[in-house]
Amino acid sequence: MIRFILSRLLYLVPTFIGITIIAFSFPRFLAGDPVLLMAGERGVSPERHAELTAQLGYDKPLVMQYFDFLGRLLQGDFGTSLVTKKPVFTEFLSLFPATVELGMVAIFIAVVLGVPIGVIAAIKRGSWFDQFSMTAALVGFSMPIFWWGLLLIIFFSGYLGWTPVSGRISLMYFFPNITGFMLIDSLLSGQDGAFASAAQHLILPSVVLATIPLAVIARQTRSAMLEVMSEDYVRTARAKGMPRRRVIGVHALRNALIPVVTTIGLQIGVLLAGAILTETIFSWPGIGKWMIDSISRRDYPAVQSGLLLIAGVVMVVNLLVDLTYGLINPRIRHR
Amino acid sequence: MKLLSRGLIAASALALSAAATPVMAKTFIYCSEASPEGFDPAPYTAGSTFDASAHPVYNRLTEFTKGTTEVEPGLAESWEVSEDGTEYTFKLRQGVKWHSSDRFTPTRDMNADDVVFSFERQADPAHPWNQYIPGLSYEYYNSMDMPNLVQSVEKVDDHTVKVTLSQPEAPFLANLAMPFMSILSKEYADALEAAGTKEDMNNAPIGTGPFRFVAYQKDAVIRFQKNADYWGAAPLIDDLVFAITPDAAVRLQKLKAGECHLMPFPAPADIEQIRADSNLKLDEQAGLNVGYLAYNTTVAPFDNPKVRKALNMSINKQAIVDAVFQGAAEPAKNPIPPTMWSYNDAIQDDPYDPEAAKAMLAEEGVSNLQMEIWAMPVQRPYMPNARRTAELMQEDLSKAGVQASIVSYEWGEYLSKSMDPGRSGAVILGWTGDNGDPDNFLSVLLGCSSASEGGANRAFWCNEEFSNLLQQAKVTSDQAERTRLYEEAQVIFKDQAPWFTIAHSTQYVPMRQNVTGFVMSPLGDFTFETVDITE
Repeated sequence: MIRFILSRLLYLVPTFIGITIIAFSFPRFLAGDPVLLMAGERGVSPERHAELTAQLGYDKPLVMQYFDFLGRLLQGDFGTSLVTKKPVFTEFLSLFPATVELGMVAIFIAVVLGVPIGVIAAIKRGSWFDQFSMTAALVGFSMPIFWWGLLLIIFFSGYLGWTPVSGRISLMYFFPNITGFMLIDSLLSGQDGAFASAAQHLILPSVVLATIPLAVIARQTRSAMLEVMSEDYVRTARAKGMPRRRVIGVHALRNALIPVVTTIGLQIGVLLAGAILTETIFSWPGIGKWMIDSISRRDYPAVQSGLLLIAGVVMVVNLLVDLTYGLINPRIRHR
Repeated sequence: MKLLSRGLIAASALALSAAATPVMAKTFIYCSEASPEGFDPAPYTAGSTFDASAHPVYNRLTEFTKGTTEVEPGLAESWEVSEDGTEYTFKLRQGVKWHSSDRFTPTRDMNADDVVFSFERQADPAHPWNQYIPGLSYEYYNSMDMPNLVQSVEKVDDHTVKVTLSQPEAPFLANLAMPFMSILSKEYADALEAAGTKEDMNNAPIGTGPFRFVAYQKDAVIRFQKNADYWGAAPLIDDLVFAITPDAAVRLQKLKAGECHLMPFPAPADIEQIRADSNLKLDEQAGLNVGYLAYNTTVAPFDNPKVRKALNMSINKQAIVDAVFQGAAEPAKNPIPPTMWSYNDAIQDDPYDPEAAKAMLAEEGVSNLQMEIWAMPVQRPYMPNARRTAELMQEDLSKAGVQASIVSYEWGEYLSKSMDPGRSGAVILGWTGDNGDPDNFLSVLLGCSSASEGGANRAFWCNEEFSNLLQQAKVTSDQAERTRLYEEAQVIFKDQAPWFTIAHSTQYVPMRQNVTGFVMSPLGDFTFETVDITE
């Protein structure tokens, strides 16, 4: 097991280098000179342009800039935002809890609904439930998040008035940001109704964000279940007269869940990608919205380090998933 | 017994509500469109930043009279200008209180030290407050040419400041009313320096404005409180809250749901829906802007005014206003909008006449002309859809025998490439006024000095006669004389046709029915000291 963990950790080194290169070059592929974007239609004289470019260090050769970037990273310096002039890491930390909170609720919804739906669909293969849920999953999977979010807002907030339109909590409430998790902070504030308001604000964005992972998890669970249920040991267990419930619950589900765990792990990356759109539409102050803002302002340091930090989170989660996988499926360790 | 208790409850409820009404705080919620870059107005250029900093928190020596582009006294009660127009002596208003916060309590009123400080920190790169956050730069101070213009700023006494200019500059007083010239507290700066928390100047601003900054939660909400000691007319609302909502469709939903009272920048397609909603009302006004197509006047055949004129005549302007702006604009004939003083209404626009245009081109020996039309990739207040505009132009030009191809670049690239004097093609772009002075349009966009690389003169049009008129107008303080000069300049512009002027777009501000006292600013600012909510 230790060897397994070590080998997985070693994989991280080339991955990390690859990601730094991508994170470094990505904003430059977008073209667009940050100095000119600062000036906008107004324009900037060539002298002033040169001065600002030098000040920002963009006049050096790209390779030099990359090594500067890497050097600062290794010292734990993620750079300073060109726009707000604040350390990128501080900005990331201040916004990350909002994304984690949203993502956790979304993944919870996706798992709690997705796994049972997949299991039932597999058991009742070919039934109306199977057909309906798998069609719905396909639709959910192909739904453009932006459109879907807006549709829910218009219906549930605009037409029915059941949920708030956007934001994290009603602006009536005003309390200090302690943990950054609105559900916890609202409880800590002790203000009447604050928690309920925070929970209400979470409904629509987390449902929107959960849509794709829910669809993927349901489909994955179904196919894994079908595969496992056709295995010899399941048929043997059945033939021996073991109750159906026990066969499905213990023998089939347990083994079927192994690939599902990986799927759930992989959904973290999908979730972060979805968070970019979901947060923008629901004015959810997390890192997704921050990335969009930074890209549109050509805030190189924020985009670079932001991508890196997000990639880091995904890497760590994937590592944990791999390790869990190794735990529940010993065969994988000896591959 | 039952009756009695019921009566008691009713009575006490009545008493409670009667007692509660006068003390209930009035909270006004504004669904703003973007997060502020910071709360120090000087280093930034975005309107959303000024709406959250310069306007609620700060004041300037001069201010724009609400709803106009005229200049009125602000923190300066009055001023005198020397005979030669280079020395301005400002008498400061007395008894102007600084805000206090839980970390800072001012010990004195606003005075000349604060004014000198606010100038110097932008002017002098060696000033300890110039780079109080590494990497700050003062783009407005630079682009308004203040470094060359302002020779010195001296404190004469506690309430008198003398500013010496290198040359007479008529728009100077209007420049001072712009957000970047907000007056900051020297005492607060000293206190922050002593505490080693200089960046709080940008995070926790202290000003003299109608609202006191309370808190900002990044990308989510900004809270302000009424400044009870305000030197001007005190605000009518108690709390001002900005709910940051970048998506226009979501902003509208929030407004409809009553989650905010007023919003900026509705999507043009939603205007009809807003008009139809009985809970909402809509303010509208011609914007201080212009959208245009700039030819590169240094490249053949666009160096020939007759060719440019012919191209202008081949494009159906009204069709663009109808299709692209959905009627929410006025066709433009001059480079400055009609709401601006000195607008020359006597100018005749080039008629739409494809046949005549064709003949004119033939006369100039231009046949089978192929050209590029550049369409910007982003939506701006002066141009809702450049791509569509370019397509309409392309179709019109083809009727005059001109083959136009449409090109577009990513926005940063677009701005940079369009500044290259060697570029080909005609560029769609526009401008929103900063200070309500015609010079801010004419010199910046069409003057010789900005016709080089990096300047905003995308036509690279340098006409000496035109530029001389602008120069004369700039050093003249007589407004009637300036008006005459600018009117004359517009005649030359129309005659030489460096641009196809497209439109001046209309600005819309939707709000709840119960909002009163909101005044639209021609400069596009959102300010709330005169706003009230009625029930």
